[in-house]
Amino acid sequence: MIQAAVEFQNVHYSADGLHILKNITGAFPFGKITTLVGPSGAGKSTLFKLCNGLRSPDSGEILIKGTSIDSYDPVELRRKVGIALQSATMVKGSVLENLELPLTLQGKKIDIEFALELLHDVGLEGEFLERNAKELSGGQRQKLSIARTLVNKPEVLLLDEITSSLDRVSQRDIEELIEKINEKYGTTMIWITHNLEQALRIGHFTWVMMNGELIESGESSLLKNPRDKRVQDFVKGEVE
Amino acid sequence: MSYLTLSLTLIFVLIPLILSRTLKLGLEKDTIIATVRSIIQLLAVGYVLQYVFETDNIIFILLMILLMIGAATQNARRKGTSIRGITWKLVITFIFIEVLTQSILLGLNIVPPTPQYIIPISGMVIGNSMVLGILFLNRFTAEVENLQDETELILTLGGTPKQAIHTQLITSIKASTIPTIESQKTIGLVQLPGMMSGQIIAGADPVQAVQFQLLILFILLTTAVVTSIMLGYLSYPTLFNQRMQFLKLRS
Repeated sequence: MIQAAVEFQNVHYSADGLHILKNITGAFPFGKITTLVGPSGAGKSTLFKLCNGLRSPDSGEILIKGTSIDSYDPVELRRKVGIALQSATMVKGSVLENLELPLTLQGKKIDIEFALELLHDVGLEGEFLERNAKELSGGQRQKLSIARTLVNKPEVLLLDEITSSLDRVSQRDIEELIEKINEKYGTTMIWITHNLEQALRIGHFTWVMMNGELIESGESSLLKNPRDKRVQDFVKGEVE
Repeated sequence: MSYLTLSLTLIFVLIPLILSRTLKLGLEKDTIIATVRSIIQLLAVGYVLQYVFETDNIIFILLMILLMIGAATQNARRKGTSIRGITWKLVITFIFIEVLTQSILLGLNIVPPTPQYIIPISGMVIGNSMVLGILFLNRFTAEVENLQDETELILTLGGTPKQAIHTQLITSIKASTIPTIESQKTIGLVQLPGMMSGQIIAGADPVQAVQFQLLILFILLTTAVVTSIMLGYLSYPTLFNQRMQFLKLRS
C-alpha cells in the first residue's frame, strides 16, 4: 500500500457562513502526482490552504506523513508543504529578491548558482534576475512563483492552476519540470487544474471535487470512465 | 478680555455663515453646532481648570488626565473598530505616552510639578497622540486590506506573522509620523504655533514663549513616533491566530 503524504479524515470547513468543504476523506499518495479537478467553487483552493496550514478545519483531521497537522510548527509545516498560488503574487523588488524571499525570511541569502539553476529549470533566462518582478508577464510571474516555492525544497508541493496563464509550449515545459522534480526528489505533487487532458496526462491519481465534496478519486484513468453521474457530466463539459 | 469684547469675535462666525448661505454650501448647521460646542466645552474647561489650579490637588489632576485619555480613546477607536481590542490598545498607548513624557519633564525638573504645567502639556500630548493614532489606524487598516495577498504569500513561504505584516507596519508608521516631522521643518517660517502665539498675546516674553514651544515640539516628536510604533506593535498580533493564520479584519 502506498503511504499517504497528506490525508484528510472527515474534514469540514466553513467561512463567512458558507460550508465550503464537506466531509472530505481521502489521501494524496506519497511521492506521486495527484491532480485535483472540479468546477469553480468546488473548494479546491481552500483545500490547499488547509494542507498548508493557512486555514484550520472546523472538524475532522488532516495528517501530514501520518502526523496530525496540529503537531507541526506552522513555519516548519509551510516549508515542508509548499504552495504556488494561481495569483503568483510578487513582493516589491527584483526577480532575485522574490526568488530569495523564502531564504530571506530565515535570515539567509541565496546562492547565485542555485538561483540561476532554478530560473533555468522553470524556463526563465538568467538575465531576469535584476528585473522588477512586478513588471513580468503573467506567465513569467507564474514560472517565478514555482521557482520561489522550490527554494524551500518542499516535500509536498501544492500547485494551484499554475499553467492556466501559459501558452501551450510553456505549459508542456512546466509539466516536464514538475514530472522531473517528482522523479528526482520524490516530491509529492498535488495539482489543481481545469485542464482535464493535463490532469489525465500528468496525474498518477486524480480527485474530482464538486460543491465542496470529494465525489470520486483514484487513478487518473477514472476521468476516461467515471462511475458517478455528476463526474460523467463534468467530464463531458456539462458542469461548469 | 471682557465677555462683551469676546462676543464681538462672533463676527468671525457670521462671515462663514453668510458666505455659506449665499453660495448654498450647506455648512450653516455644522458651523453653528461647532460654534456652540466650542463655546460650551471651552468655557466649561476654563472653569474646571480654574478650580483645579486653585485646589492644587493631585486627585483632580489625575481625573483631568483620565478624562482626556477617555475622550481621546472614544474618538480614536472609531477608526480602528476592525482591529480586535483596539480600545484597550489605545488606552495603554495614551497612558504610556503620558507617563513617559511627564516622567521626563518632572523627573528632570524641566517644568515645575504644578497643574498649570501638567494639565496643558498633557492635553497637547494626549491630543496629539490621538490624532497620530487616528492617522496610523486609517493607514494601517487600508494597507492590511490592500496587501492581503502579500501577507498570505509570506506566510505560505514559512514567514512569521511579524514578517508577513512588516511592510504594512513600517509604511503606516512612516506615513503617520511624516506630517509631524515635516510640519516642524517649516514652523516659525509660515505660521507661529498656537501655544506660542497665545503666550505672546498674553504678554509673555517672545523668547520665553519660543523656549516653551520648542519643548512642546520635541515632546510631540516623541509622541508621534512612540504612538505609531506602540499602536502598530500592539495591533498586528491580533490579525493572526496562534497557528499563524491571517485573520480577516473585522467588518
